[in-house]
Amino acid sequence: MAAAEKQPVTITWAGPLNTPMSGLLTWVDQRFPMMSLWKDHLAEYYAPKNFNFWYYFGSLAIFVLVLQIATGIFLVMHYKPDAALAFASVEYIMRDVPLGWLMRYMHSTGASFFFIVVYLHMFRGLMYGSYRKPRELVWIFGMIIYLSLMAEAFFGYLLPWGQMSYWGAQVIVNLFDAIPVIGPELSQWIRGDYVVSDATLNRFFSFHVIAIPLVLLGLVAAHIMALHEVGSNNPDGVEIKKHKDPKTGHPVDGIPFHPYYTVKDTLGVVAFLILFCLILFFMPEFGGYFLEYNNFIPADSLKTPPHIAPVWYFTPYYSILRACTEDFMIFLALGIAAYVVLIWRSRATFGFKFAATLIGAVLIFFMKGPDKVVLDPKVWGVVLMGCATLIFFLLPWLDQSPVKSIRYKGPLTKSAMALFVVVFFILGYLGTLSVTEGRTIIGQICTFLYFAFFLLMPWYTRMEKTKPEPDRVVWKAH
Amino acid sequence: MPDKELDEGKRRLLIAATGVAGGIASVATAVPFVASMLPSERAKAAGAPVEADIGALGPGEKLTVEWRGQPVWIVRRTKEMLDSIKSSDDKVADPKSARKPGELTPEYARNEFRSRSDKSEILVVVGICSHLGCSPQDKFKTGPEAFEADWKGGFYCPCHGSLFDLAGRVYKNKPAPDNLKVPPYKYLSDTKILIGDDSKGA
Repeated sequence: MAAAEKQPVTITWAGPLNTPMSGLLTWVDQRFPMMSLWKDHLAEYYAPKNFNFWYYFGSLAIFVLVLQIATGIFLVMHYKPDAALAFASVEYIMRDVPLGWLMRYMHSTGASFFFIVVYLHMFRGLMYGSYRKPRELVWIFGMIIYLSLMAEAFFGYLLPWGQMSYWGAQVIVNLFDAIPVIGPELSQWIRGDYVVSDATLNRFFSFHVIAIPLVLLGLVAAHIMALHEVGSNNPDGVEIKKHKDPKTGHPVDGIPFHPYYTVKDTLGVVAFLILFCLILFFMPEFGGYFLEYNNFIPADSLKTPPHIAPVWYFTPYYSILRACTEDFMIFLALGIAAYVVLIWRSRATFGFKFAATLIGAVLIFFMKGPDKVVLDPKVWGVVLMGCATLIFFLLPWLDQSPVKSIRYKGPLTKSAMALFVVVFFILGYLGTLSVTEGRTIIGQICTFLYFAFFLLMPWYTRMEKTKPEPDRVVWKAH
Repeated sequence: MPDKELDEGKRRLLIAATGVAGGIASVATAVPFVASMLPSERAKAAGAPVEADIGALGPGEKLTVEWRGQPVWIVRRTKEMLDSIKSSDDKVADPKSARKPGELTPEYARNEFRSRSDKSEILVVVGICSHLGCSPQDKFKTGPEAFEADWKGGFYCPCHGSLFDLAGRVYKNKPAPDNLKVPPYKYLSDTKILIGDDSKGA
């Protein structure tokens, strides 16, 4: 479009500066799609008017991302990514750099809060069926953000070069060792050495400060673009685009994101900051959950701390990893067999049934086949842990309910979701503890329940009686 | 537009050929990026053998030396400790060190005590759990423990609860699949061990 064809930008709020400001904005807008971006994503992005408490966490996640990037930039000014200097440079930041402790604690507390916010954001999606058609890609981009965030947190945790940094990285990198054939070479390639060492620290630094943040920013953009393409879901799970005002063409149950939700989300940020500062100033280590005590001891490659556990946001998956013992394999094999039977009794296509049987048979063969081809429980622990994170990707297709929102779903989904939350917390708590026989058994039961929540979803969402969805969103003026 | 007909077939062929050539070039370009992350020449050269003096090592004591960045344990086992190894044959997964023989246990240590037979009381193992690479802890005292009611002494991995006996043999039904690795080693004298080298002669 030629510059002259665009409408001049008019503003009303600038008072005496109106004319020069309008002139400047018009000049910019004729060279850059400023007004259309502003309108498409804020001033004329119509979001459902019935957003509730759960809808704070998306904008809060962006807020924490900015906080992490800002504090990160300033930490890098003092931090040294060198195995001989790293630990001391973090202590230098904590003791000698003016307000360095604040910068560091903002970053470390921010990391934990990032996961709190993202977990609540994901749970919102789970409750209101925000992953359902047509929002599958919004969900998938979101899941890739979640996985990138895990990578980002993992790489970052090595940088202070404390005991937990070192041994945590050792354990996680050794997970790749379990992959048949290429495993040992792959983990060597990741470490850049035969053990976790200076080479590992340097590359993790590179991933943490540049590679993953770039990926994250791109994914956040994709997540929001996909969301604004299809429009936001809402607590009732009904499409507001069904009812448009014939005059304006805007959804009647929609309100412009700006100013309505920018103001609401600002309130959310204020409330968040109050809580954040309480933790930041009074208990930044949060009893060893946000920063583990062992990490204040410099890395020692000859001695593992007596109790090692990942940071809290990884512990549910860590428990699933630990659940895979030799005794557990037979139950896993039986579980897979039972699931294949279940698929045969469903109304899936023959091709799908055949493929499921084939995959099930191959899995069981590698679990309980002749001695030469059996894969270690260690391999299965890694596979199960990977599946536990990746299975979220399938949610849009596992949920077969005629309704989206938990408000109209039946008792089976409600109980399953409640049980899932309990199981997630139990697994998370177990992951922070050392291993005993009893805890392993609880972990194994919870692992089964965790996967059952997802894998049985096509059945229980279809079986149960749902309540009728309203035609328009339920909303009362205050 | 020139008056010649557009040859769609030719255009498709050229696009495909360009795509394939470009694709091959992109894959080839990945090589330096991937290769630069492999262990460097300096890291490869750092694996020189180390010497350990066991002259001062008393019965039932353990010495840790660093070899290739990993802890290597040297334990002088007592008579009771050696007996406990015999009695735990049925508890361990691979009593005869038959799995991955070349990689985990050198020929001369493929016996019950997993040590050189002329000095069977001296155990030399890499103190890294075969599960996910933690370093297990000493639990030399026998008797009931939280992780095993009838504990005969050995090593306990704090990360995922794997157990090893005093010959570094892994207990059955634990996350760790294999015994602790016995590094190549040889005696330079009665009290000097060279870890990382078991070549004969000189």
